[in-house]
Amino acid sequence: MSEFAIEFENVTKKFGDNVLFEDFNLQIRQNEVVSIIGSSGSGKSTLLRILMTLENIDGGKVLVNGEPLWHRLHNGIWLPADERHLHRMRGQLGMVFQHFNLFPHMTVLRNITEAPIYVLGQSRESARAQAHDLLRMVGLEDKAEAYPAELSGGQKQRVGIARALAMKPSILLLDEITSALDPELVDEVLEVIRKLAAEDAFTMILVTHEMYFAREISDRVCFFDAGKVVEEGPPERIFNQPEHERTRAFLSSFLKAPSSNT
Amino acid sequence: MIEFNWDWAFAWEVLPLLLDACLVTLQATLFGSILAVVTGLILALLRRSQSKAVAYSAYWWMEFIRSTPLLVQIYFLYYVAPEWGLNMSPMVTGVIALGLHYGAYLSEVFRSGIDGVGKGQWEASIALNLSPYRTYRDVILPQALRSMIPASGNYIIAMFKETPQLSAITLLEMLQLAKIMGSENFRYLEPFTLVGLIYLALSLVASTAVRQAERRFPKEGFTLS
Ligand SMILES: Nc1ncnc2c1ncn2[C@@H]1O[C@H](COP(=O)(O)OP(=O)(O)O)[C@@H](O)[C@H]1O
Ligand SMILES: [Mg+2]
Repeated sequence: MSEFAIEFENVTKKFGDNVLFEDFNLQIRQNEVVSIIGSSGSGKSTLLRILMTLENIDGGKVLVNGEPLWHRLHNGIWLPADERHLHRMRGQLGMVFQHFNLFPHMTVLRNITEAPIYVLGQSRESARAQAHDLLRMVGLEDKAEAYPAELSGGQKQRVGIARALAMKPSILLLDEITSALDPELVDEVLEVIRKLAAEDAFTMILVTHEMYFAREISDRVCFFDAGKVVEEGPPERIFNQPEHERTRAFLSSFLKAPSSNT
Repeated sequence: MIEFNWDWAFAWEVLPLLLDACLVTLQATLFGSILAVVTGLILALLRRSQSKAVAYSAYWWMEFIRSTPLLVQIYFLYYVAPEWGLNMSPMVTGVIALGLHYGAYLSEVFRSGIDGVGKGQWEASIALNLSPYRTYRDVILPQALRSMIPASGNYIIAMFKETPQLSAITLLEMLQLAKIMGSENFRYLEPFTLVGLIYLALSLVASTAVRQAERRFPKEGFTLS
């Protein structure tokens, strides 16, 4: 297996005439936990969305476990990825969304078993058994038959995590997964992520505004500004001795107004 | 003063015959609606196709069908299609004409119902690697269905009320029968009044049913196992 779980090589991403990423480079090692911080509009979500194949790229290459995500090799020529290639590559990635995106018309159990049954071809019994294990892991074993509307935000997000894990991804993408939650519900979700990070079995990229949490669980923190990684390094250094003026400004704005920047 | 001399005896004589003919009307409506739902769904999906050519073709087909009168389409299928070796009975012709015509209208209802499902549902489906078929079947359509019920129901009721147009190609449905009975007995009042009343009664029942269906349908939608 490739040393890196994820590599961005000179990636360009535009929205119309707006260039977000230009010659963007980033490498993430296997089982590394990376937090991405930065102000709104700096491209954090787009980075994750490119990996989850929700946004395509306009130039460069993205490698997932050493293999190009948005390209495929055909008779020695690189062609744009087709749906089959994307389908195969997506199996390595899982995503948890800020607004949960649970299926509101399905029970919690069905939310979690839908893809394992119909994508991975698991039997109903084994998918259900696995779902119950995952629900126990996130502390919701009694909610299997509930509908999302009957859950609190924190519970919904824990189901969102269980649903992503049920597909056994090796890379987990977490996009501000506590930003839509009431403050008192944040911890129960972070607790689950803390456990996952401790297992050291996943590569995790988390976009977050929870600075203390990022500092606690990350191997590395990247500060994004206007589509660039302005500064990156171990959390102690980024939070204690940021080198760049913009990193300092961002972090101090957070200390002043912890919840105003989502 | 206009004189109404309602003949109860004659009315009672024609009513059972009209009710028999009503079965023909209902049959045309039923099969026409099934065809309309299927073509409407196919058109709605084609219009969302990645291929611009496919999406535009579906769009122009829909515009074309909606911009030409039903009667012209009925005549076309009945009188022109046989020249291309397509011989169909009046009933089959009628069902196809109604199905294609209302399918074009339903496609718009389905399309806006599908558009009404949040972007996040599509993204979650992609992230879970669900196939397009599973995405539509299990995630999108169950949530879109509820918003589609009222407008679809109204179009199907409209289709029901348009079935007399099939009398133009000799289908012996209610109106055609009423006309024949009227001309044979030199009395039109009773047959036509009864036809009107039967349409009225069935339309009222149907629109109540549509309203009930909408009310009873789970707000979030449901999924087949
Ligand atoms: N679908 C889109 N269409 C146009 N512009 C977009 C789209 N998605 C993101 N952008 C733009 O790209 C920039 C980065 O957005 P995003 O990745 O969501 O930032 P962040 O998650 O850091 O807040 C923003 O300026 C945003 O307006
Ligand atoms: Mg974002």
